[in-house]
Amino acid sequence: MQLTDLTMLELAAKLAGRTVSSEEATRACLERIRQVDPKVRAFLRVDEEGALAAARASDARRKAGSPASALDGVPLGLKDIFLTEGVETTAGSRILEGFVPPYDATVVRLLKEAGLPLVGKLNMDEFAMGSSNESSAYFPSHNPYDLSRTPGGSSGGSAAAVAAREVFGALGTDTGGSIRQPAAFTNTVGLKPTYGRVSRYGVIAYASSLDQPGPMARTVADTAALLQLIARHDAQDATSAAVEAPDYSADLEGGVRGLKLGVPREYFTEGMDPEVEASIRETLREYERLGATLVDVSLPHTKYALATYYLLAPAEASSNLARYDGIRYGQRAKDARGLKELYALTRERGFGPEVKRRIMLGTYALSAGYYDAYYLRAQKVRTLIREDFTKAFQQVDAVLSPTSPVPAFKLGEKVDDPLSMYLMDVFTLPCNLAGLPGLSVPCGFTKAGLPVGLQVLGRPFDEARLLRIARAFEREHDFFLRPAPLQG
Amino acid sequence: MALTLEQVRHVATLARLALTPEEEQRFSTQLSAVLDAVAQLQSLDVEAVEPTSHATLAASLLREDVMRPSLPSEKSLANAPAKSGTSFAVPKIIE
Repeated sequence: MQLTDLTMLELAAKLAGRTVSSEEATRACLERIRQVDPKVRAFLRVDEEGALAAARASDARRKAGSPASALDGVPLGLKDIFLTEGVETTAGSRILEGFVPPYDATVVRLLKEAGLPLVGKLNMDEFAMGSSNESSAYFPSHNPYDLSRTPGGSSGGSAAAVAAREVFGALGTDTGGSIRQPAAFTNTVGLKPTYGRVSRYGVIAYASSLDQPGPMARTVADTAALLQLIARHDAQDATSAAVEAPDYSADLEGGVRGLKLGVPREYFTEGMDPEVEASIRETLREYERLGATLVDVSLPHTKYALATYYLLAPAEASSNLARYDGIRYGQRAKDARGLKELYALTRERGFGPEVKRRIMLGTYALSAGYYDAYYLRAQKVRTLIREDFTKAFQQVDAVLSPTSPVPAFKLGEKVDDPLSMYLMDVFTLPCNLAGLPGLSVPCGFTKAGLPVGLQVLGRPFDEARLLRIARAFEREHDFFLRPAPLQG
Repeated sequence: MALTLEQVRHVATLARLALTPEEEQRFSTQLSAVLDAVAQLQSLDVEAVEPTSHATLAASLLREDVMRPSLPSEKSLANAPAKSGTSFAVPKIIE
């Protein structure tokens, strides 16, 4: 067994017992990256020097008997959307090539204060727009369980790195499913916290009312431990919730006996992969055996979620991405005549096709004459989608569904068909529109060896219960132990 | 709803995006398809529904109005593609 096969908490126990040092663990990650990342391509850049310096500082704290947190010394990866002082941060875009942030995102600061060495920046769809990592301006990442397939997106690099055991855990962001879908594709656990639970300060914005950072790890307990470090109010983010975070690990083993779990009929649709459906059905039966009651619930506006999302998210993106104009940071078209041409040419050359497509869509939806018909109407439908969940949660404690209608698809398979790509998010994005917490936990494999994920959705700020529900299943079926078939 | 090439060009101007003729053509087709797909929202009666702009926030959070240090200008300028003294440099806009 290699050091990198340990879970975060197993490593933390060894660090606490001082049988392993953080420097050893960090070097093991760096070595693993050298071995497998040429195939997986999860990393945009590795900060070897920074990570080793942080590891040595962590070892010094351990030696002095004053660790900074329960995970002090555990190496972690970051999606390239989190501003990291002194380390190039591009959000997977050419327009930000060479951008070196002058400050840390709040979550990055919290992780540094907690003593976690940050190994590097992980690949992502450009500005988090995509479901396969193929819209990264640099290269697509590969799924460690089948290298010809996508690890999902937009936090695909984070998921791939965790699944390939290049890092012990990672942070991603989820706007329409970008943590949960890649987690489902790579046999990892991904949690999208309640909107406002984790600070967005210093997280490069895509759609501000939907974006939410969250943890990705190999086990539920690791996910809970990582969430613990980043879930807190931040005065730097006006949308950060002033709600005290509970102890997420306290009730993890509490089981599901007596819980009512909703099964929304609208989430079991035609077009779902039969193996995914079979795996989810079996998982639901397991929850019954474990003492939960399954309740048939209806979320009648589910079918409108996709259209609502693909109006609201691009509208917010078109506004957020107006800042990339070649004036203050990033790339600039050098040959432009005049200011307007400088803006237009810089953006033409700096943005990839998916980003341009969404900026165009969003600008159109917000433009004079169309605002009421598109943007305002979508905001109203968002209310209806939210009310569906509010009603469902009067009956049940959480809602269970597949995370994705299909397992990981082939790279290149959907890249020329944006609508078919957008359909991949159909089960994940209602949660973002409603601001709810959602989690994906491994629940099986297809015959071809592709992971399947179960999605658990809950009431606002009910992350602890979601983790407990996921843990109840994980305890019975340790799919997380099945490693990706990568030859080191 | 089909988006004409003229509309695509107008939206691109609003978005400050230069587009190649191929991109104009492609976006006209692709955006029309997406707009057709989102047209299903028109079938819902939302007359009496309040819009939701943020899902979980009851009210904006405010912090104390006290002075705090801001990013020093040399750090703010560190990533500028062009600068002049303590300013961002842009092409001349007044002849």
